[in-house]
Amino acid sequence: MTAVFSIFLLTLLIITAIAIVRISNLFAAVMLSGIFSLLLAANFFVLDAADVALTEAAVGAGISTVLFLSALAMTAEHERSVSTNRGIALIVVITTTIAIIYATFDKPAFGDPAAPIHQHVAPWYLDTTRYAIEIPNVVTAVLGTFRGYDTLGEVFVVFTAGIGVMFLLSARSGSKRQRLPQASEGLRHYLVPRVVGRMLIPFILLFALYVQFHGEYSPGGGFQAGAIFAAAIILYALLEGEDRALVALPRSWLTTMMVGGALLYGGVGVVCMLLGGNFLDYSVLSSNPVAGQQLGILLIEAGVGITVTGVLLNIYHAFAARDKF
Amino acid sequence: MSALQAHMPALQVIVPMLSAPLVLLLKERRLCWAATTLTSLCSFAIAVALCMGVLAGGESYYLMGSWPDPYGIELGVDAFSVLLLLVVNGASTLVLMGAFGSLNQDIEGHRQPLFYSAWLLAVAGLNGILVTADAFNIFVFMEISALASYVLVSAGPNRRALPAVFKYLIMGTIGATFYLIGIGLIYLMTGTLNLADMEIRIHLVADQKPILVAAGFITIGLALKAAVFPLHVWLPNAYTYAPNMVTVFLAACATKVSLYILLRFDFFVFQPNLAGHDLQFAYFLMPLSLLAVLVASTVAMFEPNLKRMLAWSSVAQIGYITLGASLVSLAGITAGLLHMFNHALAKAALFLALACLGMSVRHLRLENIAGIARQMPWTMAAFVLAGLSLIGVPGTAGFISKWYLISAVFESGPWGVALAGVIVISSLMAVVYIWRVVEVAYFGSLETGSTTGATIAEAPLPLLLATWTAVALNFYFGFAASLPVELSTRAARILLGHIP
Amino acid sequence: MALLELYHYWAFAVLLMIGFYAVIAKLNLIKKLIGLSLFQAAVFLLYISMGKVEGGTAPIFMDGVDEQLYSNPLPQVLILTAIVVGISTLALGLGIVVRIKEEYGSIEENEIQEIDQR
Repeated sequence: MTAVFSIFLLTLLIITAIAIVRISNLFAAVMLSGIFSLLLAANFFVLDAADVALTEAAVGAGISTVLFLSALAMTAEHERSVSTNRGIALIVVITTTIAIIYATFDKPAFGDPAAPIHQHVAPWYLDTTRYAIEIPNVVTAVLGTFRGYDTLGEVFVVFTAGIGVMFLLSARSGSKRQRLPQASEGLRHYLVPRVVGRMLIPFILLFALYVQFHGEYSPGGGFQAGAIFAAAIILYALLEGEDRALVALPRSWLTTMMVGGALLYGGVGVVCMLLGGNFLDYSVLSSNPVAGQQLGILLIEAGVGITVTGVLLNIYHAFAARDKF
Repeated sequence: MSALQAHMPALQVIVPMLSAPLVLLLKERRLCWAATTLTSLCSFAIAVALCMGVLAGGESYYLMGSWPDPYGIELGVDAFSVLLLLVVNGASTLVLMGAFGSLNQDIEGHRQPLFYSAWLLAVAGLNGILVTADAFNIFVFMEISALASYVLVSAGPNRRALPAVFKYLIMGTIGATFYLIGIGLIYLMTGTLNLADMEIRIHLVADQKPILVAAGFITIGLALKAAVFPLHVWLPNAYTYAPNMVTVFLAACATKVSLYILLRFDFFVFQPNLAGHDLQFAYFLMPLSLLAVLVASTVAMFEPNLKRMLAWSSVAQIGYITLGASLVSLAGITAGLLHMFNHALAKAALFLALACLGMSVRHLRLENIAGIARQMPWTMAAFVLAGLSLIGVPGTAGFISKWYLISAVFESGPWGVALAGVIVISSLMAVVYIWRVVEVAYFGSLETGSTTGATIAEAPLPLLLATWTAVALNFYFGFAASLPVELSTRAARILLGHIP
Repeated sequence: MALLELYHYWAFAVLLMIGFYAVIAKLNLIKKLIGLSLFQAAVFLLYISMGKVEGGTAPIFMDGVDEQLYSNPLPQVLILTAIVVGISTLALGLGIVVRIKEEYGSIEENEIQEIDQR
């Protein structure tokens, strides 16, 4: 049954992907890629990756669609020229694919529990999480502590992107195409979306908090929570207009969140060092190593959530503010 | 003190990384610059400490979060990483010391805190790649350094920086994704991400088709990032339109760090395991290196834009490095690694001299610098001396690595003479393209130069000092080459030690 | 049914091919970025497919259940990271595209090249 469902989803994914590439209306392509992300998320869920599914849905279908749309608003809605050098592209692409298909002939069968990938490192994570971390969600444990250094790096990737977009979009525009600055109205004059939206926002925020702080027990964590939290504020901005959203959460606050979250994560690591452990060794945070690990994961997840929220909102506002030039 | 020494590998990354958000909080631009420079200096000091550790005792390892080794993320610092850590942090510090004036000219004041923050992130990313011993961790830090470099390049004053950086982003992301696919395939077959563990466990894989394909993906992905010919197409424009100081920094270290990962993978992970396939990457790399050296040098000879000329020269120099590695002999790899160090010195000095010129000349083209040596004697003298090092004149750092390369090539067998011929020819080409600049700058007449009436004066003192420090280093390491030679030899021994 | 089992890997290969094609062949910069996201999404699928264990469940312990087979948590963690890296690259790419539009008035690669050559 699952197999049939999987094949159905994968086929839909491929069809959507082809449609995305072929359609020349960029608006439609972006919408389709949102659908693609949702299908992909569903597929991840079938493959037991609940955390990843949640992230893909929030980031792929939510945030990246919003970013694409704000970029489209400032650029163009239609692809003008058709593709060139199709021949070379096809040769490169087909060679790559043949290489991959060649490789798959020797891959261990899909889902085989005896495959090396499931035998070597993974069982250790499952066991150690049980006795040394004592939280149910192994993904959170691996993310937060076993490979916490990767996650720190990831927070800084997001941070870099935030800095980058703010840097790019704070340049003075070379072209002198000054439009009158107009206060964005959002959808303030449309009753139905406004009422429905305002009813939704508190629930979304509540859900974000749940995802943030329940990440040790169920799918979720800082990234997902940050993305959902940012999505709620963006929804507010869309409904009530940019300016009101900025009154609620000014840009200086957002920058502080970016910096603060990243420093909270890094700071936890440094504190571990000062207490005599290695960097990010949370065991030293408390007299009981297990409690220390749990505290560490809680703190760094909070850092992740704060930074991701700050960065995503800052990026959104950078795009939106540029539109008004 | 020894506790601090034990934390050094982690501090190498953490110090610049955690300083990046802090720099953002300083609003005053000179303060931002000072903080960035100071952080970079600290980071350089850590690199020196690590280097002394390696020279004294050997490699140092660090377990992130104290988790044991194939499960958690391990850091490992050996002679090879130290060699490049010195290059990255040294280049960053030297460039920053002279950079304030030039960057202040290129970037608006309110954007400078963001810019400096990105600079530190780039340094942190490169350091992170160099100290880690975990394949996926390399990917994460590769992306930090890549995204930060895109930001740095996009700060270029000319609008052409934007398409250039877009191309850089697309190519860089394709490269990183290819790397990710390769890692995925290896992980699928071995179940591990730790490089040392990977090396052992690949032996146990019965059927090596996926490993072979993974090797292909990783090699191509990293070659794309390292701008190995013919995958260099993003490099000339990105270097040309970046702010002058950014070009110095990137030219000195960015591509070399990708080469570092490539060599590490090829020698540590694949070479000992795929020998049965008789597919040593050397055989692919050698003709490409030769082509790179010849084609890129030729293009450089006819290029009127000075920065682009040196960018093409970089493509050629990457060719020397891969040529050395492709000999798969102790002498060859030593020469290649040594050239990483020495080329960074020579190129940094040359681009710094160009940055000095850029303070007065808006478009750094050959026709705009006619006769400029009269107004900027110190700058042009530095350019000439650094050029000598690039060409490989005895007494300079460039000579040492070319000497090692030529002797390695002669050792390599019947083709040695032809290879040596290529090296000599391309060095002569370097003479040509450096001479073109010197000729115009010293003997060109001012009337033909379109200096747009702006007053041309010698570059500001800090920048000039940085340039001359780089030039002095070229000569210092030309006479007292023992440190880089020692490190490269050790690194080459480590790399070769993994081949049965 | 070996073919059925390989379907996940081949779907990955096909998606990769489609995304990669769009990145190389399309001239519209936004379309290139959409292609790049597809290209990366294909890799996510590869990793997540690797982590699946037949008969397993998501790696979240449940009270009172001991003899449960769990899917591999590690690829999921790696892909969480990769998704975030992907959105970061995308945001930066879109920022560059917006600036290109402001400076050149176009987001088609060939038109930008023509403007530069003028």
